[in-house]
Amino acid sequence: MPISDWFKAREQRRYTTPTAVPTADVPDGVWVRCEGCKRTLYMGDLERSEMVCPSCGKHHDITAPERLAMLLDEGSFVEADAGMRSTDPLDFTSGKAYVDQIAAAEERTGLNEGFISGTAAIGGHAVVVGAMDFRFIGASMGSVVGEKITRAFERALQLRTPLVLVTASGGARMQEGMLSLMQMAKTSAAAARLAEARVPYIAILTNPTMGGVTASFATLADVLIAEPGALIGFAGPRVVEQTIRKTLPKGFQSAEALLANGMIDMVVDRRELAATVGSLLAYLGSGDE
Amino acid sequence: MEFERPLEELEQKLASLKRVDVSEQPELAAEIGELEAEIGRLHQTLYTALTPWERVQISRHPERPKTDDYIEALFTDVIELHGDRLFRDDEAMFAGLATLDGRRVAVLGHRKGKNTNENIRRNFGSPHPEGFRKAERLMHLADRFGLPIVSFLDTAGAYPGIEAEDRGQALAIAECLAALSQVRVPVVVVGIGEGGSGGALAIGFGDRLIMLENAYYSVISPEMCATILHKDARRASETSACLQLTAQDLLRLGLADEVVCEPLGGAHRDPAATFASVRGAIGRTLGELSPIAPDALVEARYSRLRAIGAYAGE
Repeated sequence: MPISDWFKAREQRRYTTPTAVPTADVPDGVWVRCEGCKRTLYMGDLERSEMVCPSCGKHHDITAPERLAMLLDEGSFVEADAGMRSTDPLDFTSGKAYVDQIAAAEERTGLNEGFISGTAAIGGHAVVVGAMDFRFIGASMGSVVGEKITRAFERALQLRTPLVLVTASGGARMQEGMLSLMQMAKTSAAAARLAEARVPYIAILTNPTMGGVTASFATLADVLIAEPGALIGFAGPRVVEQTIRKTLPKGFQSAEALLANGMIDMVVDRRELAATVGSLLAYLGSGDE
Repeated sequence: MEFERPLEELEQKLASLKRVDVSEQPELAAEIGELEAEIGRLHQTLYTALTPWERVQISRHPERPKTDDYIEALFTDVIELHGDRLFRDDEAMFAGLATLDGRRVAVLGHRKGKNTNENIRRNFGSPHPEGFRKAERLMHLADRFGLPIVSFLDTAGAYPGIEAEDRGQALAIAECLAALSQVRVPVVVVGIGEGGSGGALAIGFGDRLIMLENAYYSVISPEMCATILHKDARRASETSACLQLTAQDLLRLGLADEVVCEPLGGAHRDPAATFASVRGAIGRTLGELSPIAPDALVEARYSRLRAIGAYAGE
């Protein structure tokens, strides 16, 4: 890095060093504490760096609309399957009633479900794209998420356009029982058909991607990218800990550990994602001869 | 099993009465007769209206017939194949070639042990990634040589351990799902005991799903579900009803094609009768599927998956 950038970086670091967090006459959300280094950050700065801490590089979780805004060429996104909503096929009432959970999630997020998809462009390349929103019942995969993801695969196949999916999910949605588990098979079957047709599929695994999502379509991509520090795995860390009755090693199930273990292709800083995906698409193209 | 305790007590009482010489105490004969009738009645009431949680318990019964028992009873000329060619042979997963009434097939199955030693070697039927990779290898082999796949489900789930995660448990399962969706041979799945989540699904969908009456198949174990929802695994009885995980539930949801009746009290009460029923069901199903052309088979399998799910709006 040139010297001038180094000074800029230093300046930035100094700027984000907290003195005292003003609370009295500053509106909520102007100052935030980094979950990584615990420094107090000016929200505007954090937003400008795509919710990555300018100081320690911690990638904060973001919503699906934020994700699409960061990743896609401006104004290129056309949403598909927007109207699909979950029902309560099993009449699941143990714990908080599922219908109430759906209503609360809709209210809180302004979304119809935990996955948004459509067509767009990344670095000028046409793509079919989708992103999961962890706020919506952990972006768990029930009938709607599974169906929308399957349709995204089918749309990519039909248009012979590369597919880019951004995952973040707790896994299969238990409130839809076996219907959810079978979405793993359904989405995987759709992924296999896309692969057979030689249309590229790039997956970006973000924090957290767990359970039935990791164990199905998410890891069937041609290229697997993860964000720094993302938790990625099958069984949740607490379940593993309870099973083996040992403390887990540091960095267990982190993107960096998966890279070292040979499970993913690369760990990419969020601020470099669009450029990286663009470069990959230039190599993989649409698969058309 | 907890809910069988009253029956057990009566059976013990009957056994102790029978040890007494009836010719010396003729008044006991009547009592024995009454007790036997009582046991018969209790059998009926206990086992004809089983709750989902009771069925889960039966599915886990230590004496319940296991994959090995079915393979031994149903097939001839069994050749087991070992290893994933990458790391090691996972004994929690069976993979092999076998013949069912003259029909050559490839066989997969989760493998629980009969005793503690066997269970330790087989990790109580919970595979590691290498188990799934062995299964995937067999799927491709079956595909290349035109052998229908018969798969027996009996696992609490894929093993949630450090090494399993480090070696890519999720990726291994995903690869199985992709492979299974594309094989150009009939795939018949038989739920014989536990169908625990992704670890079951990895070898657990295909062209037909046959469920034993007391087998279950679930997105999550009832205990884990109860722990997440109520921080109390003891409410598994409640969650097992909510999850709709019994064979009967699956049939109603359109996910299973056939439920094979078990002897009263469960498959372990009369394994021979259970084997006969399962042999019949698999044979019939393979007979139905074998005339279908490979392309049509794969297409129908995709349509079958494609139809699963309930939602509102377009």
